[in-house]
Amino acid sequence: MKPRFPLGLPAAVAAFVLLAGCSEEPQVVQYEQGKYQGKTDSRPWEGGAFNGDKTAWERALHDRVRSQNEYRRVE
Amino acid sequence: MARMKFLCDAERCIECNGCVTACKNEHEVPWGVNRRRVVTINDGVPGERSMSVACMHCSDAPCIAVCPTNVIYHTEEGVVLHDKDGCIGCGYCFYACPFGAPQFPNGPAAFGARGKMDKCTFCAGGPEENHSDAEFEKYGRNRLAQGKLPLCAEMCSTKALLAGDAAELSDIFRERALRRGKGFEAWGWMTAYGKDKEEAK
Repeated sequence: MKPRFPLGLPAAVAAFVLLAGCSEEPQVVQYEQGKYQGKTDSRPWEGGAFNGDKTAWERALHDRVRSQNEYRRVE
Repeated sequence: MARMKFLCDAERCIECNGCVTACKNEHEVPWGVNRRRVVTINDGVPGERSMSVACMHCSDAPCIAVCPTNVIYHTEEGVVLHDKDGCIGCGYCFYACPFGAPQFPNGPAAFGARGKMDKCTFCAGGPEENHSDAEFEKYGRNRLAQGKLPLCAEMCSTKALLAGDAAELSDIFRERALRRGKGFEAWGWMTAYGKDKEEAK
């Protein structure tokens, strides 16, 4: 006797949904010992006021460091 | 390439806590969290010494060695920074740090959760786009990218706290030490007034 509703299609969908859980990607990060794993950082002279000019940035910083020496600043 | 360091001159620090206030204001650090603090030894005793302490941006940083998620790193300038997105708040860096630099603004919470670690960034921001809102929210102001030094050092009234390239700081400190002498020559009545206290009467 032929069934009133075709059972093949719902069974296939149910099997697909249930088995979909088995294909889940591992959610644990694989850490590599001793190597930075975070996001990359931009350098201080990139963008902003210095626009990639490393020499200008170094000069600006050098002047700031030197100005901390009040013996030189007052002479 | 520069190797960024802090240097605190204990002969000059007057424990005004200006560096602590400047840091908190510049980075909008929340209540209960101090990226920088002033430690006084022999408080109230003649000859007491104060030191301003924060992350010392160690060349061989123990926090980098113990971080299980490997999200603490050295920049090219020798500044120790971390990626808050990968921080799991385990607190290993806090146990490893000899200066007590790592702070946990969101802890202790339920089940001992600490939240993301927060620490002094040498005013160099973090691994986000320079001067972006995300960078300020997570790490604070990026003064280094503006060609400036950390605010704690720049506004120190007695210039006890110095910041910058280690070699240049050594030059400044060497000159200072040679001019002022050492031990009791460096502070007290004689240095201030040039005469013995008994003679001055």
